[in-house]
Amino acid sequence: MSFNLRLVPVAAALCMGAFAAHAADSVTGAGASFPAPIYSKWAEAYNKATGNQINYQSVGSGAGIKQIKEKTVDFGASDMPLKDDDLAAAGLVQFPTVIGGVVPVIHVEGVKPGQLKLTGAVLADIYLGKVTKWNDAAITALNPGVKLPDAVITPVHRADGSGTSFIFTNYLSKVNADWKAKVGEGAAVNWPANGLAGKGNEGVAQNVQRLPNSIGYVEYAYAKQSKMDYVQLKNAAGNFVEPDDLTFKAAAAGADWTKSFYQLLTEQQGKDSWPITGATFILMHTAQDKPAQATASLKFFDWAYANGDKAAADLDYVALPDALKALIHTKWTDIKDTAGKTVASK
Amino acid sequence: MAATLPADQTMRKAKDSGSPPKRRLNAPWGDALFSFLAHGAAWLTLAILVGIIGSLLVGAAPAIKEFGLGFLWHSEWDPIQDHYGGLAMIYGTLATSIIALVIAVPVSFGIALFLTEMSPSWLKRPLGVAIELLAAVPSIVYGMWGLMVFGPILATYVQQPLQGAFGNVPVLGTLFSGPPVGMGILCAGIILAIMIIPFIAAVMRDVFEVTPPMLKESAYGLGATTWEVVYKVVLPFTKTGVVGGIMLGLGRALGETMAVTFVIGNQSQLSHLSLFQAANSITSVLANEFAEAGDGLHRAALMYLALVLFVITFIVLSFAKVLLMRLKRSEGARA
Repeated sequence: MSFNLRLVPVAAALCMGAFAAHAADSVTGAGASFPAPIYSKWAEAYNKATGNQINYQSVGSGAGIKQIKEKTVDFGASDMPLKDDDLAAAGLVQFPTVIGGVVPVIHVEGVKPGQLKLTGAVLADIYLGKVTKWNDAAITALNPGVKLPDAVITPVHRADGSGTSFIFTNYLSKVNADWKAKVGEGAAVNWPANGLAGKGNEGVAQNVQRLPNSIGYVEYAYAKQSKMDYVQLKNAAGNFVEPDDLTFKAAAAGADWTKSFYQLLTEQQGKDSWPITGATFILMHTAQDKPAQATASLKFFDWAYANGDKAAADLDYVALPDALKALIHTKWTDIKDTAGKTVASK
Repeated sequence: MAATLPADQTMRKAKDSGSPPKRRLNAPWGDALFSFLAHGAAWLTLAILVGIIGSLLVGAAPAIKEFGLGFLWHSEWDPIQDHYGGLAMIYGTLATSIIALVIAVPVSFGIALFLTEMSPSWLKRPLGVAIELLAAVPSIVYGMWGLMVFGPILATYVQQPLQGAFGNVPVLGTLFSGPPVGMGILCAGIILAIMIIPFIAAVMRDVFEVTPPMLKESAYGLGATTWEVVYKVVLPFTKTGVVGGIMLGLGRALGETMAVTFVIGNQSQLSHLSLFQAANSITSVLANEFAEAGDGLHRAALMYLALVLFVITFIVLSFAKVLLMRLKRSEGARA
């Protein structure tokens, strides 16, 4: 099959319309590393089901945005949604695919998983270096009855620019004015001088597991799979919640997706919402000079929304609510070929 | 010159044997092709070098315009405010490389000395092979080992006793301060030292071995000790090679990325001079931040850092050349 891959776009273009369903498509996407496992899993299952190829390169959100702007890929992927103005300026649309959560993890002798309770403000103060010991009054006040050591906290953050850091710092900026003023939010920020950094989720996880009295933040899947001690956080409604698919779903349901897909799911209202939740996004051009490729990409995501929820749950991602999937299908009508005809096959 | 020399020789040859020179005419285009390829290879190297400098300059231009040379002595690295200074990384790169050299050069010298002068011959082969094998270990393995095994050992058995002993002494206390995380400048420097020892040792051993035995034996014959032979005969004879080996090691230490990223802690703040606190190096900040740096100043600043590293390497190389020239000149003066 590989020998005629180069002819595929031509063939697909010729066959557009009635035969579109029979063309063997091969599309390429690149971007965020956070959703890479689920995209690969979906692509594999999609290939089995339809024979079409999806190649996803996990190069990082920043690189994904760059590549889709330069049109070297058929779709880009990013953990950071672009603002509507930026989207319009670049001629792009974005839509979410799956939801995930970021979980603070700790390594403190004698504290069980989920036993420690923190608020966002205290978490930010720890990373700012204002709360330096585990038995600080700010922490003990939230945790009556938990025995906390008189030990210096070592905060661990991501060394590489990442969507995980973006979601985490976005949350800290929302709940702590000092953090917002001094550090701010982004994939890479000017981290305060206390603590150290690891490369990737696994780098942070390793450091936290290795260093006594440390705290870090990782994707939920990493925390769960490596059985790390997570903490409970106080959400916007004032409840302490544990990170799991239900609290992530609650956060996603709290957002209003109807007006814009630029939604940051941190600190969402709702009594069960996990406060550090985020969606990951796909970026595509609204004006397609390669409509066949765009159609093939959209067919893949259409298939994934319909058949991929279980695979997502297996990998500890949260699938989108059905109402949001319907909204995304509507949004797809914005993606058009050069003649102004919508490319989504329906 | 290359063309005249063989012609000369064939002419002389022709006179000797009395037959006309024919070989020169056998494949003139073969010579031309070879000459073209050789010239091409040499020029290509130069073109690639110029190309790299050019693309680094173009990439870094926005940052150079924005920060100028102040980039070199400001240490603030803030992607949110779009304000960049490279001092913290430059310091990290230089400090780790210097620590690595300070440890690696004497150890490598000892290894080479032992292998060439003192080792029983049955031990030479296995030891030499072991050192060469050490050079073949991928750097990420050193990084993992440093993170999981060496870092904790360093924190528990070196940093904490040092803090206990010197914690209140003004300058020393600062050098050893910080929470015992086992990562930072010293850890990275030691890991780098382990990585470059096989390179330096292998080069030193090879050059020590080519010292003419007659020279050494004359010295021994005059009653010199092993140390005197090495210091006064072998080392002066091989200094070019020794300096070359050290520079090879330094080049590797300056450019090493993965192992350093694992153990240096990746903290772009220069708020302390402790050997034990997390720091950053040029290569590791490039590896970590490049993929996610969007267009604009962040990427340009990273390019600027790459350019700085290039310049540092260039300065180190030129320094080595100057050093060698000085050595040669002083040799001439003595003679």
